[in-house]
Amino acid sequence: MKYTQGQYIIIKKSAVAKEIYSFEISCPEVAEVAEAGQFVHIRVGSFTLRRPISICGIDKKKGTLRIVFEIRGEGTAEIARLNEGDLIDMLAPLGHGFTVNPDFRKVVLIGGGIGTPPMLPLAQAYGGKATAISGFRNSSAVILQDDFRKTGAETILCTDDGSAGIHGFVTQPFAELAEQGGIDAVYTCGPMPMLKNIASICREKNIYCEISLEERMACGIGACLGCACRTVRNDEEYFAHVCKDGPVFNAEEVLW
Amino acid sequence: MADLSVNVCGVDFKNPIIPASGVFGYGREYEELFPLNKLGGIATKGTTLHLRKGNPAPRIAETPSGMLNSVGLQNPGIDHFISTDLPYLLTKNLVILANIAGSTPDECAETAKKLDETDVHMIELNISCPNVKQGGAAFGTSCEMAGEVTRKVRSATKKPLVVKLSPNVTSIADIAKAVEDAGADAVSLINTLLGMRIDINTGRPILHNNVGGLSGPAVFPVAVRMVWQVSNAVKIPVIGMGGVSSGRDAVELMMAGASAVQVGAAIFTDPYAPIRIIDEMNEFLDIKGIKSVRDIIGTVKPW
Repeated sequence: MKYTQGQYIIIKKSAVAKEIYSFEISCPEVAEVAEAGQFVHIRVGSFTLRRPISICGIDKKKGTLRIVFEIRGEGTAEIARLNEGDLIDMLAPLGHGFTVNPDFRKVVLIGGGIGTPPMLPLAQAYGGKATAISGFRNSSAVILQDDFRKTGAETILCTDDGSAGIHGFVTQPFAELAEQGGIDAVYTCGPMPMLKNIASICREKNIYCEISLEERMACGIGACLGCACRTVRNDEEYFAHVCKDGPVFNAEEVLW
Repeated sequence: MADLSVNVCGVDFKNPIIPASGVFGYGREYEELFPLNKLGGIATKGTTLHLRKGNPAPRIAETPSGMLNSVGLQNPGIDHFISTDLPYLLTKNLVILANIAGSTPDECAETAKKLDETDVHMIELNISCPNVKQGGAAFGTSCEMAGEVTRKVRSATKKPLVVKLSPNVTSIADIAKAVEDAGADAVSLINTLLGMRIDINTGRPILHNNVGGLSGPAVFPVAVRMVWQVSNAVKIPVIGMGGVSSGRDAVELMMAGASAVQVGAAIFTDPYAPIRIIDEMNEFLDIKGIKSVRDIIGTVKPW
């Protein structure tokens, strides 16, 4: 893992939904080594702890990263007040990302709510080989659908209340796809119950599945052991760490 | 350029700044950012006789000007440290304080004995971890227990022995005197203050362990007060820590009586904090025309 800490310029800011913001950040040395599934650890002026935010876009040519984050509390609210031209303090890129295998012919990307942004770099990597299923509370929370379409991926949209796309959870269309067969890998990020259901379908159908987890975090680089996650290692229970062993885990390793 | 070197119970440090135990692992993750030899020393992650899994998540909570943690001494065990991490650190030209903990005084002594045969420079005995059910802070909150565990570890090793004290006591000076009488070569303080946060939407404590240790700038004035009280009560050196996040904080803690300073939670905010603090201390001393950092130790002039 190679990471740096520095102050980087926000070159583009936009609001993509209510209380959800997109930043494009110029950080060539970070973009150069960043991979799908990794995250950046952002310093927030008045707080002791940094805020981990997943990477939503990597442009190695332009030397930029994109992050899309939701205001969850005072820390993310403070980050959201930064503007184009402001500096953002990041420790990045961090964590173990998704495995991208060029031999895979059909993959499914499943994002729930603010778990959707880390799926976008995978859509860029797989293009037309990917089906991106995204689920949101309602139509006003829907994000990134145009971005997914631009990659060539097939998109399936679900909302909990039926105000856009399919009425229901992402697990419904996924279960149907899984039934049809031919899926080489599933990648997913979102609320724990959703991840658990998807992992269970994958296990049943014997599909390779990688999940991205989140946990309250301090150092971000594997030193403090704060962000524990119950996993199995060598047939024994082991508290792995979301920041370094993850955030992406093989679903089979995780103890739910 | 002021002389930043200090000596703590016979051990020379090139500068007084030491990442505190628990925030810095065994150093590897930070070497990606800066060479470890810039540091005065390193207090390694609290290590026990056998592997410990630690507490379930969440282990971290944010607080005003600080944070709570309840990691619960997750570590791979002392044999792993000696075979894997210690040889790595011994190549780094900095003082290694091997932080150890245990459930019983005998377990602590056995762990210290294993280190006695290595080239580690100092042993820091943690009698103050608030996050484990047995041992930990239970040793650190009575003079009798603190004395007993210190005596047992003392008899197991000839290495310079630093005992890390809990602030969760009525009189930390009395505990410090008890460990001094039991043969400690130095004391380090303060460990974290016991705290708690509750998610008012769910009614659940944020930490799975319910309670955890408070650190960060919020605890700094408590650390200054306790370092001052302890350094007035004992003859052995004091290593100060607790919420230090700038060179000025480090100077303040040394004026209160600390011979060296550990840096903890500040590293989470700014991973370069220890390096920045060394530079800031140097700058302060130069501006004041003070030639050696040793000249400020214990120089507070109480009213």
